[in-house]
Amino acid sequence: MTAAALPAPRQRGGALSGLSSFLHGRPGLLLALLLAPPLVWLGIIYLGSLFTLLAHSFFGLDEFSGVMVREVTLDTWKEFFGNASNGDVVLRSALMAAAVTAADALIAFPLAYFMVRFAGIRTRGLLYLAVMLPLWSSYLVRVYAWKLILAKEGIVSWFAQQLHLGWLLEAVLEIPVVGGPSLSTSYIGTFIVFSYIWLPFMILPIVAALERVPGSVIEASGDLGADAGQTFRKVILPLAFPGVVAGSIFTFSLTLGDYIIPSIIGKSTPFLGETVFRLQGTAGNIPMAAAFTVVPVVVMGVYLMVAKRLGAFDAL
Amino acid sequence: MPSDRHGPRAGWGLKAATAGGVLFLHLPLLIIVLYAFSIEERSFAFPIPGFTTQWFGVAWEREDVRRALWLSVKVGAISMLVALVLGTLAAAAVWRSRFFGREAISLLLILPIALPGIITGISLRSAIGLLDIPFSTWTLVIGHATFCIVVVYNNVLARFRRTSRALIEASMDLGADGFQTLRHVILPSIATALLAGGMLAFALSFDEVIVTTFTAGQQATLPIWMLSELIRPRQRPVTNVVAVFVICVTFIPIIAAFWLTRDAQDTAGALK
Repeated sequence: MTAAALPAPRQRGGALSGLSSFLHGRPGLLLALLLAPPLVWLGIIYLGSLFTLLAHSFFGLDEFSGVMVREVTLDTWKEFFGNASNGDVVLRSALMAAAVTAADALIAFPLAYFMVRFAGIRTRGLLYLAVMLPLWSSYLVRVYAWKLILAKEGIVSWFAQQLHLGWLLEAVLEIPVVGGPSLSTSYIGTFIVFSYIWLPFMILPIVAALERVPGSVIEASGDLGADAGQTFRKVILPLAFPGVVAGSIFTFSLTLGDYIIPSIIGKSTPFLGETVFRLQGTAGNIPMAAAFTVVPVVVMGVYLMVAKRLGAFDAL
Repeated sequence: MPSDRHGPRAGWGLKAATAGGVLFLHLPLLIIVLYAFSIEERSFAFPIPGFTTQWFGVAWEREDVRRALWLSVKVGAISMLVALVLGTLAAAAVWRSRFFGREAISLLLILPIALPGIITGISLRSAIGLLDIPFSTWTLVIGHATFCIVVVYNNVLARFRRTSRALIEASMDLGADGFQTLRHVILPSIATALLAGGMLAFALSFDEVIVTTFTAGQQATLPIWMLSELIRPRQRPVTNVVAVFVICVTFIPIIAAFWLTRDAQDTAGALK
């Protein structure tokens, strides 16, 4: 931009320019004007709704009509803690979220490590794109793809038969608890699809963390006599760990709240998200749905605090 | 890795793990594309018995698919515009000054995508119910724009951070007022970041299903239409074709966003 391309400013002197110099003298006011719209939107619409929902958990249902009564009561919470199956739902969801997080970390780390340390500029760009495409797009389509893959007559079964490994698939499906009639109706299926869908959310933060490991530190480690394995374990891994934690925020939280994946692929025993969905929808029990919602909010609140301590926010 | 210090070369294990990861991410999408051309109508049988392109025509003729598509495009476009304005304002504020609670802003912006969608969805739903707002395109936009803001914010803020403040000072010193500086200096330098952020926001909105189920009422966006087909299949081949279409519509803006910011240090679509 050259100065000549600008219209001579003093000739304008209109209302806009007056407003401009007025604002220029008052940076605080300009800041307020910039911040107000996004803050009003997120503060009022988003946080407002969030608190409205949480407040609903202190309302109860009328025992006879089943209609929500807008009076403060602890009945919903008593019922929530009084029913052991609620604990099962929370525990089942948390275990699944933990398993998915661990699996994603294992798959993501080598990929991220290769991207940052070994890939050339071109390969790296392509890998980046390969991770980003599924991150931002086609959530439902990708779940649907797994329905095709895991269905009883689907691709996995076909390959198992072609390779004469049908017995292996049977054996896997016969494992108690996690097995089932077919992969698409077992916890194994739910686990695979969850891991698949949230994988990009784990890769990118690890890439960001690895990028921040200075080359000089790795060289220093070598110069001080560490072999490659030691350097990896004692230098690179600890420095990249905040990235894993940052990724786990997403994988854990998203698994905890998703209701679509387990309702399409998996058993009929509900996860947290499905329970909330059913309570607010068909059951019409908004207070109990709200109580269930508090669980992931609290879990994620604690999780975010710990993650911040571990420096994960820098890798987010 | 044995050779990662001198002239980095990856071991076979690492290469295999990387290739495996990429295949894991992309094979399922290829399979969807494959099934869209299948002549088999009733089951997910593999291998598919034959190829046809007739389902593309059938899907295009379907009135319900077209209606859902139009709603998705409309909601995506409006949400993108809202997110562009709000995200850019927030990025500008965070970039130009330090103020109390600056860190909290980033957290507040990322919350709608870091908390499970069902929480955002059900919260908005209960607020909409409380205020007796009828479901419409606008209730959808409210939900979508909320989680799209962060995408624009991240892209624009990253670009701002690489824009020299000296450029803006120079513009002011040369006599331009604030609005001229905005128009001739600031906007041109963040233009591609805006475009990239906007396109990612559109892709995100076009594809969203969880928050949408809660704010849609009786309306069906394309993902909602697909979800109902997944739960109660009517014509599977049409679902397959729509799935391929969704892949294309969301992939194109993402690739474009990536391409637009490819020279920059910051890459569109990174979580930060």
